[in-house]
Amino acid sequence: MFSRAYKTVVTVPPLAWVAVFLLVPYLLMFCYSFWSVSSLQTIVHSWNFDNYRDLLEKPVYWQTLLRSMWIAARVTLFSLVLGYPLAYFLSFYAGRRKDLLYQMVIIPLWVSYLVRAYAWKTILGSDGVLNTLLQYAHLTNHPLDFLLYSPFAVVLTLTHIYTPFTFLPVYAALEHIPRNLVEASHDLGATPTQTFWKVIFPLSIPGVLAGATFAFVLSLGDFLAPLLLGGPSGIMISNIVVSLFGAAYNWPLGAAISLCMLVLVVSLLFVSERLEKKWSFS
Amino acid sequence: MRDLRHPGWISFMTSPITTGHAGADSAARPTLLSIRSVAKTFGRNAVLRNVSLEIAEGEFLTILGESGSGKTTLLRIIAGFETATSGEVWMGAERLDSQPPYRRRVNTVFQNYALFPHLTVEENVGYGLRVAKRPAAEITARVAEALDKVKMTAHARKKPSKISGGQQQRVALARALVNQPQLLLLDEPLSALDANLRRQMQVELKSLQREVGIAFVFVTHDQEEAMVMSDRIALLRSGELEQVASPREIYSRPATAYVAQFIGHTNLLKAEVTAGVARCGFLSWPVTRPDGVALFSLRPEHVRLAGKGSSSGDVRVRGRVIHQAFQGATELIRVDCGGGLILVARTASGNPQNDVELEFAPSDAIAVLESPERI
Amino acid sequence: MEFLVSSNPSANPGSRWLLLYAFVVFGFLYLPIVVLILYSFNGTGVGGFPPRHLTLDWYRTLFGDGPIWDSVLNSLEVALAAMAISLTFGIPAALALDRADFPGKALFRRLVLLPLILPGIITGLSLLMLFNLGNVKLSLLTITLGHGTALISVATTEVFAGLQKLDRAQEEASLDLGANYWQTFWRVTVPNLKLPIIGAALLIFTLSMDEIAVSFFLIGRDNTLPLEIWGRLRRGITPEINAVSTIIFVFSLLTIVLWYRLRVRAEGSADLGAELVTVNDREGT
Repeated sequence: MFSRAYKTVVTVPPLAWVAVFLLVPYLLMFCYSFWSVSSLQTIVHSWNFDNYRDLLEKPVYWQTLLRSMWIAARVTLFSLVLGYPLAYFLSFYAGRRKDLLYQMVIIPLWVSYLVRAYAWKTILGSDGVLNTLLQYAHLTNHPLDFLLYSPFAVVLTLTHIYTPFTFLPVYAALEHIPRNLVEASHDLGATPTQTFWKVIFPLSIPGVLAGATFAFVLSLGDFLAPLLLGGPSGIMISNIVVSLFGAAYNWPLGAAISLCMLVLVVSLLFVSERLEKKWSFS
Repeated sequence: MRDLRHPGWISFMTSPITTGHAGADSAARPTLLSIRSVAKTFGRNAVLRNVSLEIAEGEFLTILGESGSGKTTLLRIIAGFETATSGEVWMGAERLDSQPPYRRRVNTVFQNYALFPHLTVEENVGYGLRVAKRPAAEITARVAEALDKVKMTAHARKKPSKISGGQQQRVALARALVNQPQLLLLDEPLSALDANLRRQMQVELKSLQREVGIAFVFVTHDQEEAMVMSDRIALLRSGELEQVASPREIYSRPATAYVAQFIGHTNLLKAEVTAGVARCGFLSWPVTRPDGVALFSLRPEHVRLAGKGSSSGDVRVRGRVIHQAFQGATELIRVDCGGGLILVARTASGNPQNDVELEFAPSDAIAVLESPERI
Repeated sequence: MEFLVSSNPSANPGSRWLLLYAFVVFGFLYLPIVVLILYSFNGTGVGGFPPRHLTLDWYRTLFGDGPIWDSVLNSLEVALAAMAISLTFGIPAALALDRADFPGKALFRRLVLLPLILPGIITGLSLLMLFNLGNVKLSLLTITLGHGTALISVATTEVFAGLQKLDRAQEEASLDLGANYWQTFWRVTVPNLKLPIIGAALLIFTLSMDEIAVSFFLIGRDNTLPLEIWGRLRRGITPEINAVSTIIFVFSLLTIVLWYRLRVRAEGSADLGAELVTVNDREGT
């Protein structure tokens, strides 16, 4: 139905733009990762695997990567623990308030990330809201140190940021479940709890997978929260990359790390997509 | 026009018209389910008003009605998915409606089957048994038996998305029956099937019910379907029962004008009765009714072309044919008999006609009550 | 039809706990925002409990703060320009994905969506490499190009979803009645896509206003608002930040109310979740 001219006009400009501004940059990054930086702070275009060797050998790099993955895993778990029941409640128990409550979950998403991360800093600081509150209520005598500038703070903040991200796909999946399946389950003798585990949860798995993937991938690559709240023990892999493009001036190494992250993310997406298909029944 | 002085009116208002016996061999069947004055309101919408009905063990009862009549709501109240605003439902000596659906010995076949997409046919059928934690061997045996009854054994390992609508319907049936409920509810289960498959399933369902011996409560808007399958029909209109009787009874002795028109075709004659003679248009025939306005239902098959087979006492009238609807073996002709009267007659298929003479026996004109307005 | 459990709470005592849990989660989601707003009025600045001396001082300081307003202006310019770029390329991209087959289509689709899920710094630094190669000086322009590129996927996803809902027959009817492709596009396709396009525009604008990760690498002399705030934060917390954050929050609130109104007007809210999932960016990575 659509002429060749139409299809060409519609395809070429975006393709061209994306090629220039996405494909080429990524390819450049690929190239850089095999180059190195000289002592004179210039890029040396000799092809080698030095950067990758550094990544594997120097503990600071792979340890940070592991720590980042561990933080991301915890964030994913906690956001699911918070987001799933919330979605379940909204979908099945909220009745007429459903839309309003849904909006209320979305609103924080639209509020600046920086603002929210900064707010946590205010709350968790040694004379921040939480500490002064605890002391005011005589629950503690002195400020709790671990609250801020620690992995704890990073996990907490990222969980806060990404809970709506796990909520959304789970909610969508739950909404897609025909209510007559729930009625059928009750009709056949299953209590609401049995119905949840035998019918509702299995059918919501694609949503859970999607939410978990978002939360994990996005928190893995986060650099703001660790910078603001992580302290020295809370540094994540993206912070290293940022510094390699800044003060530590080593673009090739930074490119190498970025490429690893890219590969990791793409693989995770691939696996997640496969699993989602396997678990989708309608 | 309603005649509120009619003696039958009062009793009509307070209870549905249950006429005749509940079918050939159910005369002595004990009551299984007792629906007592159930009413249901959604917001300001009164969907069910004062419905009382007794369902006998092992009977095939159809709740028949148009959309909006409340039939599905009534079913859902029995199943437990809605709670009645007032009234009670009893099964045997126990109050049914105080229990959640998962504790009732009632199972439902849903309109869109509601098969679990993530489970195979087998797993779907065995769901209720697994939930009740029956031993594995028992589950396997009972599931196999149920699948065999509905002829779906060959598809046991498939997922619902891979079988046709008719097959899904059988699986839904098996899934409900395998739990040996005391009562099976069917919510318009055949409405999604095409006509031929539907007719086939009607017959199969009926024989299945006979075989299994469980009471079936079947909801439909299709009066032909109701007639084919039921031991009794409960006709629901705007939330109240209009008549509860066997198919034959409800057809040949409709209680109200609505019943007469809803089930099959009829001619509704509004006549003025004076001194034992009913007059309608140019027609008049003897009746034994008090004076006043009365409504009569005359089935087209009782209106014949005058000629062979008439008896004395038959009422005759001439008229002009205004429409002929060929229906295969017979046809329905609409005849303008003058005086504002149009009669529909069922005749053997023949050549197109213009002027005809019709006749009918006065006893075939059944007096019916006008159905009251329901606000 | 209400779900049966909500009309029969006695049947499920677990639902009480669920309600409580939902409350707790909502509280967690809103705690920082509430604290922020509260403390923007706090006379003694950041921290301390309870807040004392409610005052508008910080807002007053804010209004006199030149650099902040410069950065707001910069951000607005960038956001509007990015919107233009993303829509200009995102809409045809959606059409292409919906209607055309071409070699590399699968790759194209993934490539376009990549910036959404990949940490923003990767997109940022790879663009930096590009500009470095081309000897392009870093400025608001480079930031704009970065945002525009990264956010194309927002436009594409929204418009693509809208196209799925579009009745093909309408366009066929238009062609049948004698309009050519260009006319059909403007008279039939675009009006039907009004809602997704506006929604995408709002989203792109908001995301661009808050964007840090990509901007981080592409910044020249002029700051955008988030980067300006960021710079201040490094030097220590000032309560002024609370004030500006509160204002940003209010604007976000207004934007989302507007967006919601637009959506609900045309269609039910059932698919909001599904689309937001694929569309909504995360800030700060």
